[in-house]
Amino acid sequence: MGDNFAALIGALPLVGEGVLVTIQLTIGGALLALVISIGLGLLARFQNIVLRGTARAIIEFFRGTSLVVQLFWFFYVMPQLGVELPAMFVGILALGLNYGAYGAEVVRGSINSVPSGQWEATTALSLSPTQRMWRIIFPQAWALMIPSLTNLLIQLLKGTAIVSFITLTDLTYATDKLRNSSDTFFAYGVSLIIYFLIAYVLTLVMNALEVQAKHKLGRGESLRQALSFRSPRSVDGKAGVS
Amino acid sequence: MTGLQWDWTMVWEALPELLLKFVQVTLLVTVLGSIIAAVLGLVIAVARRSAPRPIAAVLTFVVNFIRMTPIVVQLLFAYYLFLELDPVTIGVIIFGIHYATYMAEVYRAGIEAVPNGQWEATTALSMSPTRTWTAVVIPQALRSTIPALGNYVISMFKDTPFLIAITVTEMVRAALVFGGNHFTYIEAITLAGVIFLVASYPTSLLIGRLEKRLAFSN
Repeated sequence: MGDNFAALIGALPLVGEGVLVTIQLTIGGALLALVISIGLGLLARFQNIVLRGTARAIIEFFRGTSLVVQLFWFFYVMPQLGVELPAMFVGILALGLNYGAYGAEVVRGSINSVPSGQWEATTALSLSPTQRMWRIIFPQAWALMIPSLTNLLIQLLKGTAIVSFITLTDLTYATDKLRNSSDTFFAYGVSLIIYFLIAYVLTLVMNALEVQAKHKLGRGESLRQALSFRSPRSVDGKAGVS
Repeated sequence: MTGLQWDWTMVWEALPELLLKFVQVTLLVTVLGSIIAAVLGLVIAVARRSAPRPIAAVLTFVVNFIRMTPIVVQLLFAYYLFLELDPVTIGVIIFGIHYATYMAEVYRAGIEAVPNGQWEATTALSMSPTRTWTAVVIPQALRSTIPALGNYVISMFKDTPFLIAITVTEMVRAALVFGGNHFTYIEAITLAGVIFLVASYPTSLLIGRLEKRLAFSN
C-alpha cells in the first residue's frame, strides 16, 4: 500500500493536470449547455411553427444520437471537411450541445409548470412579453428546474470521462497512467473518489443555488439546509423534485 | 475548406458491418443490461425501505457513489480487475449495476406514490411483509414507473459506445476502424449517429405516448 501512495505522489502533477482538464470541460460544457438549454427551451415554446420546429429538430437530433458519436464526429469528421478544431473545444462543444438538448426539455417543462394564474396576472398588469418572461415566469421556473439541471450537471461531469478518446489528458487518462506504477484497484479507486468529490461539491453548490432561488421567491429557508446531502425541502415539508 | 465529400459507396460498404455490430453488441448489452438493472434496481429500492437503518444507510451511500462516478471509469476498473472475464460480459454487468442505481430511484418514487391506506390495509389483513410487497405494493408501484424505466433503457443504449474504453468493438468503434481503413470518417461516423437516431427516437416517442396514457387513466 505504501508503494501505491508513493506512486500517487509521483503522479500528482499529472493527476492535478487531469483534474484541471476535467473541471475546465465540466464548467465550459455546463455554461454552453445552460445557454443552449435556455435558448432552445424558450424557442421550443414559440407559436411560430418554423422556430418551434427548428428547436425541436435540434433537440431531438442531439438527444437521439449518442454523445460519443457527436464527440467523434466533431473530432474526426470536421477536419476532413476542412475545419480543424482543438480537442478541448471539441469536448466542450459536444458536451454542451448534448446536455444542452436535454436541458432544453427541462427548461421548457419548468416554464410550462408555472401556474397559469401567474401568466394571467402578467397580462392583467400589461407587462411586455420580455418583462413577463424575465421578471415573473423565468424566476419561478428557475427554482423548479434546478434539481433536474443538477442531475444533468452530474451526468455532464461523468460524460467528460470519455474525452481521453480524443487525446485530452483528463482525470481518467491521468489515473489510467497511474496504473503503470500502482495497483489497478488503487489507481481507479483514486479516480472514482476524485470524481465523487467533484460531483459532491457540484451538488452542494446547486443545492445552495436552489435555496437562494426559492428564497428570492419568498419560499425561503436557512442556507444550512443546503449543506445536507438531500435536496432542499420547501417550507411545507414537501421534498424538492429529485 | 475542402467542402463536403460525401460518398454513398462508402455508406453501403460500411452499413453491413455497422448493423452487425449494432445487433451483436449494442442491442445485446442494452437488453441484458436493462434486465439486470430493472431487477437489481427493484431489489435496491425494496431493501432501502425495509432493511435495518444502518444497512439502508450504507446502501444509500454505495448507490450515490455509483451514480456520481463515471461509467467509463467503472468499466475500466472492472475490466482490469477481472481480466479473465470477457469484456462484453463485464460491460453487461457494469451497465446493469450502474443503471440499477438510477432505476432504484424511479422505483422509490413509485413505491412512495402507493397510498398509505394500502399499507394500512395489509396490516389490517395481517399480511406477511413478503406478501405485502409482492401482492399489493409492487404491482401498484410498477405501473407508474414503466415509462421512466424506458427512458433509462434508451439512455443506456446511447451509452453503449463507452464500451470502447474496454476494447469492445461495438458499432462506433467499428465505424472508427472503417474510417481509419478507408481514409474517410465522414460516412461511417455519420451513419453510426443516424442508426442511433433511427433506433432511439421512435422508441422515445412510444414511451412518451405510454406516459400520457398511464397518466390519464390514473
